[in-house]
Amino acid sequence: MYFIFLIVVILTAIALVVAAMTIAMLIAPRSYNPQKGEPYECGIPTRGESWVKFKAGYYLFAILFLMFDIETVFLFPWAVVVAQTGVYALAGAAFFLGILILGLAYAWRKGALEWK
Amino acid sequence: MFDYYNLEPLLMWIHRTMCGIMPEWLAFTIEGIAVGIFIMVMYAVLAIILIYMERKVCAAFQCRIGPDRVGGRGGLLQVPADVIKILTKEIIFLKNSDKFLYALAPFLVIMASILTFSCLPWNKGGEILHMNIGIFFVLAASSIGVLGILLAGWSSNSKYTLIGAVRSGAMIISYELSIGISVLTMVILCGTMDIQEIVAYQENGWNIFKGHLPAVMAFIIYLIAGNAEANRAPFDLAEAEQELTAGYHTEYSGMHFGFFYLAEYLNLFITAGIAVTLFLGGWMPLHIAGLEGFNAVMDYIPGVIWFVGKTFFVVFLLMWIRWTFPRLRIDQVLILEWKYLMPLSLLVLIIMTVMKVFGLVF
Repeated sequence: MYFIFLIVVILTAIALVVAAMTIAMLIAPRSYNPQKGEPYECGIPTRGESWVKFKAGYYLFAILFLMFDIETVFLFPWAVVVAQTGVYALAGAAFFLGILILGLAYAWRKGALEWK
Repeated sequence: MFDYYNLEPLLMWIHRTMCGIMPEWLAFTIEGIAVGIFIMVMYAVLAIILIYMERKVCAAFQCRIGPDRVGGRGGLLQVPADVIKILTKEIIFLKNSDKFLYALAPFLVIMASILTFSCLPWNKGGEILHMNIGIFFVLAASSIGVLGILLAGWSSNSKYTLIGAVRSGAMIISYELSIGISVLTMVILCGTMDIQEIVAYQENGWNIFKGHLPAVMAFIIYLIAGNAEANRAPFDLAEAEQELTAGYHTEYSGMHFGFFYLAEYLNLFITAGIAVTLFLGGWMPLHIAGLEGFNAVMDYIPGVIWFVGKTFFVVFLLMWIRWTFPRLRIDQVLILEWKYLMPLSLLVLIIMTVMKVFGLVF
């Protein structure tokens, strides 16, 4: 039952985009001009490659994100039962969280959180 | 107490009646189409209301009048007129862009926001997707949006869009951690991931009052991180107009651009809606202990009005933040998350766990 509605919602999202695009395609004007295909760059022709290299710093933050995101995923089932399981669950998760906080502290100390 | 406003028996009655007069698959099909049309209409209406509200609130903060020509003195028809205008604009495909990814990006962005939108608890029994892992599903679905943004920036084959997309990606994934952990804090308090049960847990007091200081801290962290998730100032450096023209959607035109705009405003509403669900009691009315008459009057107001009212209050808070603070730089944004919000939210998580285990919450 819920699975059906999940499919309905996904189809709705697709239908919304397709319907709006169809209406726009039907009523919007169309004209051809080679200049329109150029990427925007302050009104002058593009210089060099558009897919440029970017800072490695973004990549570093993405790796740190992976570590903590997976931690959050692991903690969700624990969060539901922690009240019933009591101090034992608290100790287990404290160990897990401790390692991760040490990891964050290590990254901080190593200067991975600085923007260089 | 709220049974008068429970939508579930009504919906089940409609379903049973329909199954009585036609085969079950036909009933499901008709219901699915009805739900789909309902979502689309709600989506469009809410976007129009939010854009109008944003323009009026922004004007008020800047001592201007805002839209006041189209549709009377209030400018009520300005946004519908803009919608029609955006539909009549030409859709341009760039010469060297990656056409498939370029066309795919709006689908992903809209998909993420509609999936999260349909999880909002409008009323008792009045949510479209009801799952026992509701809030976890919301987190999972909302992270599809960042894929759409990255694809949009990458496939456009322009320097501005690429820089905008990478900035936006780094920022959104960073702030997702704080959102995840403050949601986790509330899951610990409520002991369930089901959105309706989270709301039901707040029947005798909203979470922000029940959870003492950790809940208030988690609420503030959620608001800051939610503002960043919705790509709004002071975290709007993905589309910093002065540096990057429009960020990751610079090369999108007409309705193609409209999807990103639509999703941005709906994400604002969804962020506020989840904040209301987790911290401010969802569709539960405001009760003050000891004032029986006041509580009885509050109970007469339907849940959906409470939910929408509270959500628009939080939306107003977010707009207030947007038009008050100046934009941050990318290094300041990332440092704010990793050196301040992240350790703080971990601390709040630990305090909340200890309080819950030793029974120190209401």
